[in-house]
Amino acid sequence: MANLHWLANPGRFLRIAAVVLPWLAAATAVLLAVGLWLALRAPQDATQGAPAKIMYMHVPSAILSMTIFGAMAFASAIALIWRHPLADIAAKASAAIGAGFTASCLITGSLWGRPSWGTFWVWDARLTSELILFFIYLGYIAIWQAIEDPQRASRAAAIVALAGSVNLPIIHYSVVWWNTLHQPPGLMQGRTDPSMAVPLLTLMGAFFLFYVTLLLWRMEREIVGRKIRQFRLLRAQA
Amino acid sequence: MNVFGAIVARDTRLALRQGGGSYWTLLFFVLTVTMFPLGVGPDLALLSRIGAGVLWVTALLAAMLSLDRMFQADFEDGSLELLSLAPLPLELTVLAKAAAHWLTTGLPVTVLAPLLALMLAVDPAAFPVLMLAMLIGTPILSLIGSIGAALTVGIRRGGVLLSLLVMPLYVPALIFGVLAVQAALDGLTPRPHLLLLGADFLVALAITPWLAAAALRLNLE
Repeated sequence: MANLHWLANPGRFLRIAAVVLPWLAAATAVLLAVGLWLALRAPQDATQGAPAKIMYMHVPSAILSMTIFGAMAFASAIALIWRHPLADIAAKASAAIGAGFTASCLITGSLWGRPSWGTFWVWDARLTSELILFFIYLGYIAIWQAIEDPQRASRAAAIVALAGSVNLPIIHYSVVWWNTLHQPPGLMQGRTDPSMAVPLLTLMGAFFLFYVTLLLWRMEREIVGRKIRQFRLLRAQA
Repeated sequence: MNVFGAIVARDTRLALRQGGGSYWTLLFFVLTVTMFPLGVGPDLALLSRIGAGVLWVTALLAAMLSLDRMFQADFEDGSLELLSLAPLPLELTVLAKAAAHWLTTGLPVTVLAPLLALMLAVDPAAFPVLMLAMLIGTPILSLIGSIGAALTVGIRRGGVLLSLLVMPLYVPALIFGVLAVQAALDGLTPRPHLLLLGADFLVALAITPWLAAAALRLNLE
């Protein structure tokens, strides 16, 4: 709890972020370059050929799209329970990044589907639940835009995030029950050969660092933006 | 419990009397179902195949379009503020209002469903399952809808936003509701789908009053 409050100071956050951000950005760039190099050198898929390399973008995007929603719901719960001033900023800053990764997952998935399934879009379980996840992200962003006062918007958005996080597993499994054509996830069961798993894991790390970098950057901007808004309101009143 | 019953009775009465809009919701349901044969053509074989899905999607839209009356009028004339001060916890007030919403949309839609299913050439053998699935599934629409209605109560032109928030959360109810009917049509047992639909209902019942009440408190400040 003590740490939670120590981190709750936006000024302290801005000072730490200013130091950490360049290093994080550099680490992201290096890891992304290494991961892409490894992925391009990785062996070709035996049956699918070159298009299967889309996997190296598709899988990390898919994993992050869900991880970020989890992080967003967690931050929302903290914001709602303790009124932690940075948690709601973190949740808000995460939403657009998460929606971006979800869109990237859908787009790469459909580009991959064209050569391997013969169609851009199939109503298969995981594509459909990813699409619904995208809609939930958009709803979350919409409620932030609909309510002017940031304090109230933050709490309303937190309720949306919590409702979404309770429902997402139900939605996911109902959609799986509904229809399945997608191959089951193979990476975590150790069925992927190291020659493909290593670049994939490297890129996952790179995508994750990319998320953290973007998150800190967007949080910085949000804090400064709120300060500017406050100053403008004060000046208008004076 | 008296207060709970009084709120259910009051909201039901308000919805049924002049300007309440309960009939309009039913008319919307019937009218929208009628649009489907006009859109996809009068082929009975095709209609009987998509009939259950059409009924469920339309029921979902009808429930969603009538959500704004759950809190909106009470919020505008201040009675919601008084209700929040009443001895009944706001969570139970929300539950009562969701129950009244279901009584005036979900229940009549369920009663009307077999008639429309008949017009869509759905096999009458599946009607009991269709009605049972709707009886379990439509309360989910009112319950989850109460979160969206509570969140958007203070927002001008919140109707479209409300559907954006609520529709993705309706997916499980839609899927299991249609699957149950489909199973009955294919001569399989609809039991697992109905049980899952029931589980979804119980989860919604346990969680939505808390979230909707939190959203209402936020808008009443």
